[in-house]
Amino acid sequence: MRRPGGFTVLLALCLAITLTFLTLPIVAIFLDSSPADLIRSLGEPGALDALWLSLRTTGISIAIILLVGTPAAYLLATRSFRGKAFVVTLIELPLVLPPAVAGIALLAAVGPSGILGGTVESAGLELTFATAGVVVALTFVASPFYVRQAMAAFASVDRVLLDASRTLGASESRGFLRVMIPVALPGLVAGTALALGRALGEFGATLMFAGSFEGITQTVPLAIYDRFSTEFDAALALSAVLVAVSAAILLSVKLVHGSEVLGGAPR
Amino acid sequence: MKRALPLAAAVVLLASGCADDEAEGGDGSAGPTRLVVSAASSMTEALQTCAPEFERAENADVRLSFAGSDELAAQIRQGARVDAYAAANTSLPEELNGEGLLSEPVEFATNEFVLAAPADSEIDSVEDVAEAGTKVVVGSESVPIGSYTRESLARLPPAQEEAILANVVSNEPDVKGIVGKLTQGAGDAGFVYVTDVNATGGDLKAIDLPETLAPQVAYAAGVPTEAREPELGQAFVEGLTNGPCADALAEAGFGGAP
Repeated sequence: MRRPGGFTVLLALCLAITLTFLTLPIVAIFLDSSPADLIRSLGEPGALDALWLSLRTTGISIAIILLVGTPAAYLLATRSFRGKAFVVTLIELPLVLPPAVAGIALLAAVGPSGILGGTVESAGLELTFATAGVVVALTFVASPFYVRQAMAAFASVDRVLLDASRTLGASESRGFLRVMIPVALPGLVAGTALALGRALGEFGATLMFAGSFEGITQTVPLAIYDRFSTEFDAALALSAVLVAVSAAILLSVKLVHGSEVLGGAPR
Repeated sequence: MKRALPLAAAVVLLASGCADDEAEGGDGSAGPTRLVVSAASSMTEALQTCAPEFERAENADVRLSFAGSDELAAQIRQGARVDAYAAANTSLPEELNGEGLLSEPVEFATNEFVLAAPADSEIDSVEDVAEAGTKVVVGSESVPIGSYTRESLARLPPAQEEAILANVVSNEPDVKGIVGKLTQGAGDAGFVYVTDVNATGGDLKAIDLPETLAPQVAYAAGVPTEAREPELGQAFVEGLTNGPCADALAEAGFGGAP
């Protein structure tokens, strides 16, 4: 066996630095709060409300993203048309927007004095200071993560499969449901996991657009921020819970669909 | 090999750029001394106005950091190296002083606690805010503006207090959040400082609260024990009661030291 070269040593060193930098703060959350503290803080009023609200709003926004985003991504992956690159860029834009910008943008669009504020109001919808507003904010920031990944997943499916199903007499909608989705599933699941993580961690857009009220709009990240100054231990405990939930999502996706799902880019 | 050349050139350029930067910053004796100031969000405009004058007078490079007073106090407790701390109340500086983290606090200004509403709103009094369906935006209980709000409301008749608290739709982590929600028309009314209303340039109106609600709020400042530049920090704190920063605070609508 050859001795590892200097280059390999350099690579390993960089990996070690990356790993330490990324894991140390997360490990610190758990080292700084004992399991007993954690359980006690969860029993404290408001903590479970925040957790339940986070799970509920994230769940609803993911359902919307999957339902609308999957066909949209399929179209972008299988058709070519003028201005497609522009459309894709527009869809990806929220990915690189700071959350504060997302919050301002949502207020300017569908806030009470936004350009569509009147329409929203006359439709009897309440978004600001309402749970529905949280769902809107989460959907806005998280959907590009899913649509992007789903597009790549559909694009990498061998067209021969779809053509074969058509030759056998299946309509395109049937081919989409019975062939494309199952084959692209690992990529779709990976996209879902990314969107889920982003939605669960959303902070700025929610605070600016929907506000912060226990049980209505105060999701876990907002509850953490609220406790940061006066109850640091409670903030730590809630952070630990969020880390655990996020890690559980990541792990279960990896276990169910094999490590290639989130390991490498599909294609 | 040819392709490596531009890259190497870029690396060299980058490295020399860094070296230049360091030479400038590390000059020590002649360069300005860096002063880190943590101040409550409500003083943002005022302190930004007077900082350049302080910099010229003291040969300092002032770094202003604005956030909720409680958040800034938490940062100091977590070991942040700050040279001056100016809070929107007296209790947080006193607490830090009691913990040995801050010098004896100096009260340097007062602010007035008011009811704020969009300029064209029909809301005119505390009674209007108690009406069912009014969307009231307040500060979270953990920030000074939120605790004042609750203390003041507790002096109202219990039925009125309850009615107003039931109308609260959001507990914002700082004053800016409250003002933003009101200027955007999302909220109908909120409790803030008069200086925050002044800073909106006419978008919001301030409605004076009855004296019984004790709307006078004192601001206090001190020098953290762990300051890197305690003398300069002390000069900044003194400047809050006398000098360009005191003038800028008065200009923004703050009252003089109590």
